[in-house]
Amino acid sequence: MATFKEFRNNVKPNWCPGCGDFSVQAAIQRAAANIGLEPEQLAVISGIGCSGRISGYINAYGLHGIHGRALPIAQGVKLANRELTVIASGGDGDGFAIGMGHTVHAIRRNLDITYIVMDNQIYGLTKGQTSPRSAEGFKTKSTPEGSIESTLSPLEIALSAGATFVAQSFSSDLKQLTTLIEAGLSHKGFSLINVFSPCVTFNKVNTYDWFKENIVNLEQFPDYDPSNRIAAMTKIMETNGMLTGLIYQDKTRPSYEDLAVGFKPEALAKQDLTLSRDDFDKLVKEFK
Amino acid sequence: MISQLSWKIGGQQGEGVESTDRIFSTALNRLGYYLYGYRHFSSRIKGGHTNNKIRISTKPIRAISDDLDILVAFDQESVDLNAKELRAGGVIVADAKFNPTVPEGVSAQLFAVPITAIAEELGTSLMKNMVASGASWALLGLPMEVFNQAVQEEFGRKGAAVVEKNIEAVKRGGDFVLAQAGGPLEAFKLEEADGKQKLFMIGNEAMGLGSIAAGCRLMSAYPITPASEVMEYLIKKLPKFGGTVIQTEDEIAAVTMAIGANYGGVRTMTASAGPGLSLMMEAIGLSGMTETPLVIIDTQRGGPSTGLPTKQEQSDINALIYGTHGEIPKVVIAPSTIEECFYDMIEAFNIAETYQVPVIVATDLQLSLGKQSCEQLDYDRIAIERGKLVTEELEPREDNKLFPRYAFTEDGISPRVLPGAKHGIHHVTGVEHDQEGRPSESAVNRRKMMDKRLGKLSQLRITDAVKADGPSEPADLLVVSMGSTGGTINEAQARLAQEGIATKHITVRQMHPFPNDLIEPYLQRAKQVVVLENNATGQLANLIKQNVGYHDKIVNLLKYDGTPFLPSEIYNACKELN
Repeated sequence: MATFKEFRNNVKPNWCPGCGDFSVQAAIQRAAANIGLEPEQLAVISGIGCSGRISGYINAYGLHGIHGRALPIAQGVKLANRELTVIASGGDGDGFAIGMGHTVHAIRRNLDITYIVMDNQIYGLTKGQTSPRSAEGFKTKSTPEGSIESTLSPLEIALSAGATFVAQSFSSDLKQLTTLIEAGLSHKGFSLINVFSPCVTFNKVNTYDWFKENIVNLEQFPDYDPSNRIAAMTKIMETNGMLTGLIYQDKTRPSYEDLAVGFKPEALAKQDLTLSRDDFDKLVKEFK
Repeated sequence: MISQLSWKIGGQQGEGVESTDRIFSTALNRLGYYLYGYRHFSSRIKGGHTNNKIRISTKPIRAISDDLDILVAFDQESVDLNAKELRAGGVIVADAKFNPTVPEGVSAQLFAVPITAIAEELGTSLMKNMVASGASWALLGLPMEVFNQAVQEEFGRKGAAVVEKNIEAVKRGGDFVLAQAGGPLEAFKLEEADGKQKLFMIGNEAMGLGSIAAGCRLMSAYPITPASEVMEYLIKKLPKFGGTVIQTEDEIAAVTMAIGANYGGVRTMTASAGPGLSLMMEAIGLSGMTETPLVIIDTQRGGPSTGLPTKQEQSDINALIYGTHGEIPKVVIAPSTIEECFYDMIEAFNIAETYQVPVIVATDLQLSLGKQSCEQLDYDRIAIERGKLVTEELEPREDNKLFPRYAFTEDGISPRVLPGAKHGIHHVTGVEHDQEGRPSESAVNRRKMMDKRLGKLSQLRITDAVKADGPSEPADLLVVSMGSTGGTINEAQARLAQEGIATKHITVRQMHPFPNDLIEPYLQRAKQVVVLENNATGQLANLIKQNVGYHDKIVNLLKYDGTPFLPSEIYNACKELN
């Protein structure tokens, strides 16, 4: 069985020292090993941005696509080969700005993949512009007078879009993050894990210390029931989205693959492509 | 006895025009006639004039006719709008309900048949289509059993009573018109067909069928006119082969999902029209850059923007060739017949996997939606070629190195391994990369990778990349076309030949990379070249000028009003040049 070291490769990430994404990478590697995956059974599909480089830093099949489209690519990979464990990942700009349409629809489609967002509330790779996750009043190169748009709440959106698994974590808490990724990978359906992953270079407000002071861990509420959707929405609103842990999980809804009529339980990619003469004749006959 | 005639049915959209045409033409197909249909419709669901025209012939035809022999009208608007098309001696069969009149200046025989009244008497006005098609059938004096058999098949699953009622509607429509006309019309007596069973379908169905034959098992798509029928066909069929069709949130999701699934190892395609293709351009670049196979159908319609969504045009060619930013290898194929719609899909998937490139199959609206006779399709021509796809087990790699997915090879094509394979791990990225797929900004690597990718297609010539049809003898006048217009050109050629004007016709099927070497000899021999296309700027003509030359010989024949060329328009244009 593979250990987390086998999910490492010898590529040195081009992230800034102290970037939150290092922990996300480590957590994915640990979670994959902990649930018993071999490197070739995992495909990591990433978007564009600092965090999008993550697919190149994990020893697994990786595809680094185009900005905002990690989710549809990842869903295509899963449809092609159900035997693969598929992770889609990227930043808050990738998933909640340019790719927001895909995020909402991937949630409602509920294909069995895990989406890990590295949320740093800023555009890092383009050197510091506002993101949909930036707080109102947040000053960036593109909002010198402070952002005047309201902050997007991915957790609320996910719940209202029919999410079957919603979690949030903080890259400083490697243990919790690893546990949540394991849970997401094991969930039969679409899992969203939003990770506060501070940008140490361009975001001087939402720092490690700031998160430590402001986030609430759901462990503090022993009675919290993650299967209760109303309670989940209430808790998100009460904490203004600054909570970590497993927020919501619906274990009853089947995944898209299981609901699609005729869709085979085996990997489609392994099937014989040949159309038999008999099937061909049947198809043609309908046009006579 | 005549060898061909044209029939048209007109009414309000949603009134049964489609079904009247379907039943009438299915029965004709059973008799072995060659059929070619044209749909005039608008971007709305109910209401608004719509009409379907079909041409019936004892010989192969691939064009609508200039004129019309029989017009069936559900309302006066249909008479007024279409009667001028009737040739002298033409016939109008109209619903007596609206007291039809023949417009001034039109000499046609009018039969007012109580179409609605008969249908209502039998229980429902929905049966108007049966009364109307029955009347049409009776006027042609064709054997009733074949027609009744078609009705039986259409309604069989609804029970014997429904079948019986519909057959009665057909009979009463026929009896009524025959009593008025005094029997079948002698002038419209068709020669017997060869009785050979043909297929009767639209191009979109032929492409759907071709895709299944090609081993396509997934389709991700977003609905759009005139592409949706491809999706609708595959939705019905793919689950039987273990696959599925997924309707995405937009065309960007459709194409990127298809890229993901092709990367995953399943032959996957998407289909759209101009607006969708515009949205897909960035992703097509990803396919080219990452050497991931991809097949896209573009059913061209009137552009730009929303343009003329239900009308004929061939104006996407430039966008398909040049649309992606940067430089990638890409193939654009334009089928020109219904049979090619089928076979080209097989070739498209084979090329996509063999060369690891995006392949766009570009039809035009008339080819996608015009229902027509299709010669029997040949099962033995189906062959699946997956190129350098690695299917055998791989040996462990030294020092845990990545699989060289982008290895430099003589032909520029690298072995491709699918995710899931042990010892095959590699990285894929739209960033410039080295042989293992890792990002690289090295100038030396960049040049080598660009040359590798762009060199892959240098030798590619698809089947009949340039196809000559019509008269085989050399001629001074060469007509060049693409897409669905070839059949219309052939008819014009036949008329010109009767007057001693020799012409030659070629269809360009491989739009990109442009098959210069195959086109050049034809241009060299001709004194004058007419390039005929459904767009305003002469995109094909410009491709020829840019790639082959002969600017001084080339004349544009352009039509961009949303309607297909008529044989007479081509005849007149060529005659003027002669």
